[in-house]
Amino acid sequence: MRAVISVIGKDAVGILAAVSAKCSDYNINVLEVTQSVLQDMFVMVMMTDISAINADFASFVDEMDALGKEKNLSIRAMHEDIFNAMHNI
Amino acid sequence: MINHNDILETITMIQEENLDIRTITMGISLLDCCHSDIDVVCDKIYNKITTYAKDLVKTGEQIEKEFGIPIINKRISVTPIAMILAACENKDAVKIALTLEKAAVTCGVNFIGGFSALVQKGFAHGDRELIEAIPEALAVTEHVCSSVNIGSTKTGINMDAVKLMGETVVKAAERTKDNNCIGPAKLVVFCNAPEDNPFMAGAFHGAGEPDCVINVGVSGPGVVRAALAKSKGLDLTQVADLIKRTAFKITRMGQLVGTEASKRLGVPFGIVDLSLAPTPAVGDSVAYILEEIGLDCCGCPGTTAALAMLNDAVKKGGVMASSHVGGLSGAFIPVSEDAGMIAAARNGCLRLEKLEAMTAVCSVGLDMIVIPGDTSAATISAIIADEAAIGMVNSKTTAVRVIPAIGKNVGDELEFGGLLGSGPVMPVNTASPEKFINRGGRIPAPMQSLKN
Repeated sequence: MRAVISVIGKDAVGILAAVSAKCSDYNINVLEVTQSVLQDMFVMVMMTDISAINADFASFVDEMDALGKEKNLSIRAMHEDIFNAMHNI
Repeated sequence: MINHNDILETITMIQEENLDIRTITMGISLLDCCHSDIDVVCDKIYNKITTYAKDLVKTGEQIEKEFGIPIINKRISVTPIAMILAACENKDAVKIALTLEKAAVTCGVNFIGGFSALVQKGFAHGDRELIEAIPEALAVTEHVCSSVNIGSTKTGINMDAVKLMGETVVKAAERTKDNNCIGPAKLVVFCNAPEDNPFMAGAFHGAGEPDCVINVGVSGPGVVRAALAKSKGLDLTQVADLIKRTAFKITRMGQLVGTEASKRLGVPFGIVDLSLAPTPAVGDSVAYILEEIGLDCCGCPGTTAALAMLNDAVKKGGVMASSHVGGLSGAFIPVSEDAGMIAAARNGCLRLEKLEAMTAVCSVGLDMIVIPGDTSAATISAIIADEAAIGMVNSKTTAVRVIPAIGKNVGDELEFGGLLGSGPVMPVNTASPEKFINRGGRIPAPMQSLKN
């Protein structure tokens, strides 16, 4: 089971580190990271494996949301099925 | 592997373009709640609904969180109550409405639909009693929605029922005149009503449906409009293709959420309703899509053609995205729930007659239209008859949900709030159709019914 974490907002020091640390807390394995910085805008997409997650996925979603609010970014963790459903036949 | 841009596209659709699942609706059959004693019926209804739907809201919220897609409404539809009432010795329909309200509150759903009667060919036991109770039932409950089917392609139009419904709409408005005439906003009069519709106020659980089922209604006018706005210089073939592609993506969300909800609740998955359902939020408007296609203002000449193309493209795109399609499926044009329609009605560009023409080529019918409070019951009946005739002859669903604004006239507005929005009072032709309506009887089924 995999999930996509997306981070969108103003670039700052330590974003990747903060998100990765939370993943590690929840025993979520990061499979792939792509990121781009366009002017000041930071966009990061992280593919993760949540099969061995040590808590409820919903609580991880809340945690990411809270981290986003704290750092003034939009951080969302979403089950990968939504992207597969929308973009793959 | 999922493409980076595809991920960002989905997130933009949800975050900025108001993509959402409009509703997960659980259909519950109440046929096994029939009993001659109405108090026993009420107990059975309450117990069945609160048992079957106890996890509906919680499951909806879980899916919403895990998949990151907003699910705006969780609703329940039930067997038309007139069928249950038929077996009762005491036909106090309001008592059942209050039971439905109590069950809805216990389950935490936004609406419960099915305070309904199917009278397209005539009145059976319970039908008249239910219709007569509608104004009171809608006034004393908050979550209960009502619908009455007065015609179909197969049966023609029951004009006695049409007359009765015109009067019922007026009574429902008068009974709730201190509450923005909210009564008739929860009452739909149908021709060719679908039995698996997840949308309110017209949802009910048809007699041919299984015991319990999950139906899903999608939304997404904002996404379609944004896709069109980003692509300049397209001809109409390309516009239709773009709408199809977008509708496909929107509907896949519905299919995913429906399948997931059905799996988690252990209830069979019924259908996805392929709909473009607007909200009063700016940017989430069907009228704005039509304007993006090239109309100066929704309601001007060209509106019917543009809407026909939009409606058809939504269905073509959606049908491949879903394993079972049903409900109303098409673009909705509820005036008070659509920012662009409200604006067009306010400036006089969008009129009742144009809306009637639009209903011939899209889903549903004259929806959420505020009319002057002194409009006669006969005129409302005639509006219902006109809509029903369009549905009957074109083998499609049509409906009327008009709200007489008691004490108000053209230039005034009614404010319902929430998804129901607000509506300017629209002018209605005042010449009288009274003699026509008072004739009663039935309009025979059209040639289109003879398909065998």
